[in-house]
Amino acid sequence: MSTATMVLSNIRSERSPQHTARIYVKEAKYEFLKNLRLRVYTASVLSFPLMFYVLFGLVLNAKEAIGGLRVPTYLIATYGTFGVMGASLFGTAAGLASDRGLGWLQVKRASPMPPFAYFTAKVVTSMIFSTIIVLALFALGLIFGGVRMPVAEFARLLGTLVAGSLPFSAMGLAIGYFAGPNSAPPTINLIYLPMSFCSGLWVPFMFLPKVVRQIALVLPPYHLSQLALGVVGAGGHESNAAHWEVLLAFTMICLGVARIGFQRDQGKLYG
Amino acid sequence: MIAAMEHRRSTDSVSTDFTVASLEGVNKNYGEVRALRGVNFQVRAGEVVALLGPNGAGKTTAVKLLLGLMPPNAGRVRVFGGDPTNPANRTRTGAMLQVGRVPETLRVREHIDLFSTYYQNPMPAEKILAAAGLEKLRDRKFGELSGGQWQRVLFALAICGDPDLLFLDEPTVGLDVEARRLLWDEIRHLVGRGKTVLLTTHYLQEADALADRIAVINKGEIIAEGTPAEIKARTSGKRIRCITTLDLQRLRQIAGVTEVKEDREAVDIHAREAESVVRELLACDATLSGLEVTSGGLEDAFLALTQDTVRNGDRSN
Repeated sequence: MSTATMVLSNIRSERSPQHTARIYVKEAKYEFLKNLRLRVYTASVLSFPLMFYVLFGLVLNAKEAIGGLRVPTYLIATYGTFGVMGASLFGTAAGLASDRGLGWLQVKRASPMPPFAYFTAKVVTSMIFSTIIVLALFALGLIFGGVRMPVAEFARLLGTLVAGSLPFSAMGLAIGYFAGPNSAPPTINLIYLPMSFCSGLWVPFMFLPKVVRQIALVLPPYHLSQLALGVVGAGGHESNAAHWEVLLAFTMICLGVARIGFQRDQGKLYG
Repeated sequence: MIAAMEHRRSTDSVSTDFTVASLEGVNKNYGEVRALRGVNFQVRAGEVVALLGPNGAGKTTAVKLLLGLMPPNAGRVRVFGGDPTNPANRTRTGAMLQVGRVPETLRVREHIDLFSTYYQNPMPAEKILAAAGLEKLRDRKFGELSGGQWQRVLFALAICGDPDLLFLDEPTVGLDVEARRLLWDEIRHLVGRGKTVLLTTHYLQEADALADRIAVINKGEIIAEGTPAEIKARTSGKRIRCITTLDLQRLRQIAGVTEVKEDREAVDIHAREAESVVRELLACDATLSGLEVTSGGLEDAFLALTQDTVRNGDRSN
């Protein structure tokens, strides 16, 4: 009897905005905790840019200058871009590919979780790790490299780099939808490392061969690093608007690709 | 209300009114593979239905369709009278699926906390932990659990929203005898509270222990459906195996024969009773050899129902 009434009454249960907000916050919180405890993630994503910065910015070239800007300051912008890119690509693509390929995403999809909360959590987590990396680079530069800049300038640098997490998170979602759980990390490295080199994140841009510099013009990390360098006074001749436009277009393309993957998943079985 | 229900019962519309989930003429293909073929299947309120079949029979596909994880190629899937992807329906269903990997760095209580947030009226965490037998494991990270403990966490996530309808895909795979009994008790407890359960299994014993109704599925088709007693009755004939010169057509005409199949050099004959069939076989074929008659227990009977798939070694999925 009670079951009959239960089934026949069609409960239209709309979620309150507060409840929805709570889901988004929890999803992001646990996504962050998950990655923070994942040593593969923190080790590669946090320690590589910091190690490179200490070695090339503080130990080796601390007294040099590039285009009138001291190396320790210059490299915060470029290794900052490198770090943001790594945190965002690995933070989204690796988790998504393994959740998808090994069935966990289906458990989530079968639950009443709003699908968008899952993606938002990944993007927000990537942005938090990006913030941590930029802050750590700056702290190292401030304490050991004599880096000084006005607070407003640093805030702009941080804001630019963290906003730059978005195109790479979008790219990570696209990769996560088309790579398998095991092939995702090597696929990311295959894109991430050459792109970093060609965009002048390891070797300052003007020292790169001309052909590489031309390739860089279509690479998103080049545009993000130029924006970051612009903040600290070592930008190129292109306008900021042009750089943002390229990043925006790149983000849209990646989201489009990710959307195709998302829709394809609705009709397919994995695992 | 009771009067109204009685009325509906008499007008024979009761089954549709009480159907909480159904597949109607459903086909599902994965490329060339036809995972489900014209499946009609209902789950009614308050019952435990077991979808019983060997690996690769289409059980998991049926569950995924009912969860709205993918669309059918043909036919209709309904849950609570609507589309299974409807978010309002999803708050009333819980699902335990077969999973290859779960985020391993989160703790048991954290997974439960997150999934509980998705639902309108989740059960208290303590109750969920107790129901799944996880009290002592609450602070363990998922990566530190054994396979059987994994299954218990997945069960906890399925029930945490206190759903009206529960889908359990092979819930006791990897569980030891004690853990299996515990889970069975918990499922019975849920049904006692008016919940509806669809479970898939390849153990007839499990279906028999839990289900009000069993649907036997093989190669994407439902080949038998009924109460456990009916299924057992249907499958509890005798199996006669022999090498004979009689053709299949002739064998099928023998009274009492329900099924005839060629198996390598011999034939397999299923019959309600062996004696009369054997008598006629020997009378008709003087060269008959290699005669075996077996009756088998429940598991054998189930194997007989689904023998094709098992013999072909079709163990995909």
